[in-house]
Amino acid sequence: MKKFKHSEITPEKIYHTRRSFIKSMGYGLSALSLSSVPIINAKASNLNEPTSYQDITTYNNYYEFGTGKSDPHRRAKNFTTRPWSVKIEGEVEKSLELPIEEVLAIKSEERILKLRCVEGWSMVIPWLGFSLSELLNKVEIKPSAKFVEFETVYNPEEMVGQRYPVLNWPYIEGLRLDEAMHPLTTVVTGLYGKTLPNQNGAPLRIFIPWKYGFKSAKAIVKIKLTKNMPNTAWKNASPREYGFYSNVNPEVDHPRWSQATERVIGESILAPRIKTLMFNGYGDEVAHLYSGMDLKKNY
Amino acid sequence: MKNYFKPAVFLLSLWPIFIITYQLFYNKLGPEPVDRIINHFGEWTLVFILLTLSMTPLRKITKSLEWIKFRRMLGLFAFFYASIHMLSYVGLDYRFDFKPLINDVLKKKFVFIGFSAWLLLIPLAITSSDRMARLLKQNWKKLHKLVYVISIFGVLHFIWLSKTIFFKPLIFLIILIILLLFRINFSKLSSKI
Repeated sequence: MKKFKHSEITPEKIYHTRRSFIKSMGYGLSALSLSSVPIINAKASNLNEPTSYQDITTYNNYYEFGTGKSDPHRRAKNFTTRPWSVKIEGEVEKSLELPIEEVLAIKSEERILKLRCVEGWSMVIPWLGFSLSELLNKVEIKPSAKFVEFETVYNPEEMVGQRYPVLNWPYIEGLRLDEAMHPLTTVVTGLYGKTLPNQNGAPLRIFIPWKYGFKSAKAIVKIKLTKNMPNTAWKNASPREYGFYSNVNPEVDHPRWSQATERVIGESILAPRIKTLMFNGYGDEVAHLYSGMDLKKNY
Repeated sequence: MKNYFKPAVFLLSLWPIFIITYQLFYNKLGPEPVDRIINHFGEWTLVFILLTLSMTPLRKITKSLEWIKFRRMLGLFAFFYASIHMLSYVGLDYRFDFKPLINDVLKKKFVFIGFSAWLLLIPLAITSSDRMARLLKQNWKKLHKLVYVISIFGVLHFIWLSKTIFFKPLIFLIILIILLLFRINFSKLSSKI
């Protein structure tokens, strides 16, 4: 008897949405989700080993604590993360202020996801977290809401980088609402099974694995639903170089450096660069969000 | 005493090599070793270009001719480190894969200007000997004025490759501007006298 693949008897689009639906179902069960999150699927690279805890926690871009990669882990040691609360406001029926304890009470699971920095390097990080949609579902979102804006805390006393006009503080990042509701968009609460270290964005950050790292805001105090596209920090600093979407895309070069390849953090000095994948290897899950869009224009 | 100055400066100038060798052997190059090596030699190139440019102002300030003795050596070290910087980019990072490299030189202005600066350093290194200076006479001075262009290219290279000018590129820029201002001021002053 001839065997059919599901993709042969189901129209492609439905097949994909069904797959992502099945995947999002999987997240409920952490064991299942581990196999369903594309993590580093075979084609992404053979380097599916998570980066070492040491590298993940000492090599950070977190300009609130300085522009050097080793600044955050040195300077964030005494950063105050309690008390902390997260406001959800804007285009919602009733805004909400959640104490951090309440956010952390949401069940986290391990999500091994790849981080690709716009500077041309990547890490594989075993995050702890849950889908942002779980948090957003706590409020009633008005139909007028089209975007979600994330705001990092403004605390120049402890965040020494904020004393200098490196970027427009506080740091603002944002997503389209459908991107924010995608199950892979993760609220991060920890890594390597431990509480999130300060230099990685404690007490709460988001992580969007198919976008360049700077899209994933850290130390979030406010989540605002908006009608208009947020004026995000890096786009504000240099609109030609950093677009609102900033999806990982090997075909669209940053005006200053190529995005076709990347260096894997923690590899030896002799290891070659590897090819960067469209959407950082998560194309099966997220490409449908951008169907019909010119990704060269909407970089 | 003074006989030791030149060898001492020479040994001190090898410091960047010493550091990298130590870090290489003790595995202290960090999570991105290739990047670390490229940046290390890039920054030291700029340091040596600025040091080379400081010798004339120092001579004028201290009214001592000693400084000028070191200028050639420092300049050659700048070329030496610039070459390691470029070779580590071409060899370590891109594995001599010239297709993306040529693409980088043509499309990325920071690579273009950095590469141009290195090319411009070559004639200066070749003509650095006393014999060449005698041979070229007045043209030698003219030719070696290229160092001003090179220094500006070098600092621009650093500014353009950085995500923000804060703080290292800004520091290099400020020092460069001060060193270049020295030239303008002194020539104006001497013309008035």
